[in-house]
Amino acid sequence: MLSNSIIQQKLTEKFGDQLIDWQEPYGMLTFTAPKEMNLKVLQFLFDDTELNFTFLTDLQAVHYPDNKGAELAVVYHLHNWKDNIRIRFKVFTDIQTPDVYSATALYQSANFMERETYDFFGVNFVGHPNLIRILNVDEMDYFPMRKEFPLEDQTRIDKDDDMFGR
Amino acid sequence: MSEHILLPEGSIEKQTTTLNLGPTHPATHGVFQNILELDGERIMQATSTVGYIHRAFEKIAERRPLYQITPLTDRLNYCSSPINNMGWHLTCEKLLGVTTPKRVDYLRVIIMELARISDHLICNSIVGVDSGAYSGFLYVMQFRELIYEIYEEVCGSRLTTNIGRIGGFERNFTNAAFEKLEKFLDEKSGYPAQLKEFENLFSRNRIFMDRTIGCGPISGERAMNYGFTGPNLRAAGIDYDVRVHSPYSSYQDFDFTIPVGTTGDCYDRFLVRNEEMWQSLSILKQAYQKVQEFKGAEADIFHADVPAYYLPEKKDVYTKMEALIYHFKIVMGETAMPVGEVYNSVEGANGELGYYLISDGGRTPYRLHFRRPCFIYYQAYPELIKGGMLSDAVITMSSLNLIAGELDA
Repeated sequence: MLSNSIIQQKLTEKFGDQLIDWQEPYGMLTFTAPKEMNLKVLQFLFDDTELNFTFLTDLQAVHYPDNKGAELAVVYHLHNWKDNIRIRFKVFTDIQTPDVYSATALYQSANFMERETYDFFGVNFVGHPNLIRILNVDEMDYFPMRKEFPLEDQTRIDKDDDMFGR
Repeated sequence: MSEHILLPEGSIEKQTTTLNLGPTHPATHGVFQNILELDGERIMQATSTVGYIHRAFEKIAERRPLYQITPLTDRLNYCSSPINNMGWHLTCEKLLGVTTPKRVDYLRVIIMELARISDHLICNSIVGVDSGAYSGFLYVMQFRELIYEIYEEVCGSRLTTNIGRIGGFERNFTNAAFEKLEKFLDEKSGYPAQLKEFENLFSRNRIFMDRTIGCGPISGERAMNYGFTGPNLRAAGIDYDVRVHSPYSSYQDFDFTIPVGTTGDCYDRFLVRNEEMWQSLSILKQAYQKVQEFKGAEADIFHADVPAYYLPEKKDVYTKMEALIYHFKIVMGETAMPVGEVYNSVEGANGELGYYLISDGGRTPYRLHFRRPCFIYYQAYPELIKGGMLSDAVITMSSLNLIAGELDA
C-alpha cells in the first residue's frame, strides 16, 4: 500500500535533494521542486508503475509578493486513483520571467487550467499549444489575481455613484 | 466520416462552412460559443470559448471572512448549490479542526442528496427537451419544486441557498421539512413513482435511443486524461466517486452503489444519472431513518458545539455575555484562523468539487481556488463532437450538464 513516506522515499531516490520543503499539512504530502524540473517530476510520478499519479486534480498559482525572486508559485494537485492518495507539489518562479513548462503533453486537462493560471497570474507556460486568455477579455493588459491589485475599498467616498446605492 | 479532406486555409475551393453555434442560441444554454467548421452537417473541427462571464469570486474571497464566502459558492453550480455550500463548510471545518455530530452529518447528507437529485433531474430532462421530448421535463419539474420547498423550510431560500454554517445548520429541521421529505420519498405519489414514469418515457424509447447512443462518446482513458469526474466519468466506465474514495459527512455509514457505463456516450450518461438518482433516493431513505433514530436531547442537535465559529442564537446575544462576544467576533471576522493550506473536495453533481484554501492566519483566506468540474471537462467538448452531426453537438452539450456558473469562478 502506497503511503506518504514511500512516495517521499521514491522521489528522493530519483531526484536527490533537489526536492525540498517536505510537509504534510492536513495529511497531504507537499513538496517543492525547482521550476525547470516540474515536467521531469510530473513525468516520473505519471510513469512510475507504483506511484501512478495519472490524474491531475487541480493546477493553479499563488502570488507571494514578499517572496523576492520566487513570487509566483504554481501548485499541482495530483491523485492516484488506484491507491487513493493525493499529493501536492509546487514550483516557484520569479515574476519577471515567469516561465514554467507546460504539462499539457501529459495531461489534456492542464490545457484550460494553465490558460486560467496565465490569465490571472501571468505564468507563461512554455510549450502550451494555445496560451491565450480564457475568462477575461483579450484586450486586458494585466493579471488581476496578483496581490498588487487590491479590491476596491468599500469605505471610499470619492466616487459619485449615488444611483447604485453606495 | 473520416475520408473528408480539408482544403488549405483561404482556398477558393473551400467547401466547408464556418458556423457560430452560440453564444445566444437557446440550445447552447447561455454563454457558450463554439465556432464550428462544417462539411454539410458534419462537424470537422470545433473551437470553444468559455464566454466572458468572469465574476472574480476568488478575488472577492480574499477580502471576506470564511462565513461570508458561502454565498459565493452558491453561484458556482446553481442547480445544486447546497452541495457547494456543504463542501465549503467542510473545507472550513477541516481547516479549523471542527468535528460535527452524527445527526448533523446525516442532515447534511439529506440536503446534499436532494440537491444531487434536483441537479440530475434537470440535466436528464433537458437532454429530453433538446432531443425533442418536452413532456418529461414538465413531469419531473414539480418534484424540483418540492425539493426547493424543503430547502426553503430549512434555510429560507430556494436557488442560491446559502444553507448551513460552519459546524452545522442555522436552525433545526422543522416538522414541515420532514413532512415534505416524506412526501418526496413516498413510493406511490412521490418522486420514485415519477422517476419510474420518466424512465418509461425515455430509457427504452426507440427514438431517444437512436438519438443518443453513440453520440459524443469518450473512452475511460481519454476521460481521465481530460480531467473528467462525476457522472460523465462514470459513464465512461471508471468508478471514481469522492463519496466512496474519501468519505466526508459520514457517507461511509450508508449503503449505496456507484453506477458505471461503458461507452461514455450521451445515452450512458443519461442512464448513469438516472441510476444515481435511484441511489440518492436510497441514501435519502437511510439517512431519514437514521435521523429518526435520535431520541431525546440528541434529536435536537443541529450544530457542533464550537462557539468560536458557530454564530450564537440571537436571543442569547441579547442576554449572555459570551454569546455577545462570540457574535461580535464572528460577524467582524475576528475569529482565529490557523495558518495552513487545505484541499478538500466533495462529490458535486458534476464531479469532484474541490476547494484549495491557503490561510496565513489573517481574517480572510490568503488564496482560495475552486476546482470546478465543469470548467475542466468542457475542454473535451470539441473532441466529443468532432465527426458528428450538428444536432449531436447540441445534445452532447446538454448531456454533459454544462453549468455556466461553474465554468467561471
